[in-house]
Amino acid sequence: MAIQEHAAAVPTAGVDVPDVRLVGVRKTYGDVVAVDGVDLEIASGEFFTLLGPSGSGKTTTLRLIAGFERPDKGRIELAGHDVTGRPPYSRDVNTVFQDYALFPHMTVAENVGYGLRVRGVGRRERRLRVDEILKVVQLPGLGERKPVQLSGGQRQRVALARALVNHPQVLLLDEPLGALDLKLRQEMQIELKRIQRAVREVGITFVYVTHDQEEALTMSDRLAVFNEGRIEQIGTPAAVYERPENAFVAGFVGASNVLRRAGHTFTVRPEKIRMTNDGGARRDDENAATGRIRDVVYAGMFTRYVVDLDDGGELVVVRQNLETSSTEALDARGRRVLLEWRPEHAIETKPQREEKHESV
Amino acid sequence: METRSTRIGLGVATVAVIAFLWLPLLLIMAYAFNSSTIQSWPISGFTFHWFHEAWRDPEVRKSLTLSLKVGLAATAIALILGTAAAAAIYRFRFFGREAVSFLLLLPIALPGIITGMALNSFFNFGGVQLSMWTIVAGHATFCVVIVYNNVLARLRRSSPSLIEASMDLGADGWQTFRWVIWPVLSTALVAGGLLAFALSFDEVIVTTFTAGAQTTLPIFILDNIQRGQQLPVVNAIVFVVILVTVIPVTIAQRLTGDTGVLRRGTAASKAAAAATGGGAV
Repeated sequence: MAIQEHAAAVPTAGVDVPDVRLVGVRKTYGDVVAVDGVDLEIASGEFFTLLGPSGSGKTTTLRLIAGFERPDKGRIELAGHDVTGRPPYSRDVNTVFQDYALFPHMTVAENVGYGLRVRGVGRRERRLRVDEILKVVQLPGLGERKPVQLSGGQRQRVALARALVNHPQVLLLDEPLGALDLKLRQEMQIELKRIQRAVREVGITFVYVTHDQEEALTMSDRLAVFNEGRIEQIGTPAAVYERPENAFVAGFVGASNVLRRAGHTFTVRPEKIRMTNDGGARRDDENAATGRIRDVVYAGMFTRYVVDLDDGGELVVVRQNLETSSTEALDARGRRVLLEWRPEHAIETKPQREEKHESV
Repeated sequence: METRSTRIGLGVATVAVIAFLWLPLLLIMAYAFNSSTIQSWPISGFTFHWFHEAWRDPEVRKSLTLSLKVGLAATAIALILGTAAAAAIYRFRFFGREAVSFLLLLPIALPGIITGMALNSFFNFGGVQLSMWTIVAGHATFCVVIVYNNVLARLRRSSPSLIEASMDLGADGWQTFRWVIWPVLSTALVAGGLLAFALSFDEVIVTTFTAGAQTTLPIFILDNIQRGQQLPVVNAIVFVVILVTVIPVTIAQRLTGDTGVLRRGTAASKAAAAATGGGAV
């Protein structure tokens, strides 16, 4: 680690020092490049999500921040301190593991109090703080249970409490809701946000890993979209969704509605497209297309139509079932339609990176 | 109804099998208290005499001491090697990993007579004098497997991130060992150790080939039964051996079944089966 110079270890004073900072971080496993030159700055108290498909390097990035892995190249800073070479136990971060990793031989209270115990916090204070945090995660009175006696959602809360009780600078969450069923997951998303707001005054930064774009859009203040070890885009959920910088982001966050017109690539979100029966007068050729409905997916609240365009390609259109019944929606298959959208909703995107490489 | 008759049939069969397994043991245990020297049912009177007799017999004492020493030494070796092997197989991916795993498990499947013969000719070939340590080496071959299996099963059923979680919460290597690794593994180690000891304590076949002129307790029993001597004393010894074997196996089962980390039925019952199958009694 040649970059880890003496000067870098001195904290940079100032309010604007990011809580987490990654500079040119690279990590390989044999021939596989897991993280390929990642730069990242996460502000204090932020809910920041690392979003990407499996194998995109998001979990490795999290493990690098936690200290479970050492980068081959680059620097990791926590609140201005270089921690690149430090082991996990001397970093002010705590992790909520995907499988919770609760200690099976300890009670809930012992699990939650573990971090305080190894730091030599006295028994009485430990109990107070454990009780307090168990209230925050809404598990009061379960302190004497063993992890095996808890449900999945309860274990999830214990894992969260065990990390939060230490008031870490940064809380790392590795797909924490992945093992829960849909309903519970949606409840926990709201719950997590509530907890995050509750502890924001203490200044705990949340770094959240997920492959679920909806989860990322719902919960994050900002998010980074990962692909093949690199970051494709960083921004607020609205920015990433409404103005995807390239085809990968457009496709991964939302449906892959990509149009090619005169050498340019555009993306239009499915809910921004107005669909009418073909034959009507077109307002503007630039922002319209005709085609035939190939597929109809009825999803209760809305229906998803896949339209084969006359000029080649396809667009997905989502329409709320305001006055449409399921049979009406399904009958639309094969019908000719006119698709229109506002000019500002056609976002020009750079082509995907692989394509760029090929053309070079 | 069909299901009902099936259930009754299965119940009867189960009882019959268990009775077949346990009645002979109970019979010989009852004979240990028989006041007559002739083995016949019902026993003619109740006495502790044969236990006294056995305890006073210097030959019995000598063989008992040897059996205990061998059992403890083989168990100690098994605990060290078995744990180390399990940790290596669990933690690392290396060339020949599957082969090592297979070679470790082989001795439990291999007939004792083959292990015994092989060791015997190996010791002859190497000019090694048969001693207590040759018996220990012979027993260690199958004792290592027991500990290895127990520890590996425990490791596999524990979350792989437990150690990381501990480090993440601020514990250094020693604290992690003291508060996480040891408590998680200890019951598996105690269970494995007890089973290994029970296996070693009543082993006959491998022992015959590696003991030379020495006599362990099971060998003493076998010799006397073959010669038809001191049968009442032998019954008393057998009674003790059964207890010494059954108690650790029971404790081991409880330890591995209790925590919810490792359920009964894997290494424990395999070893228990091996213990009754390969035992002298």
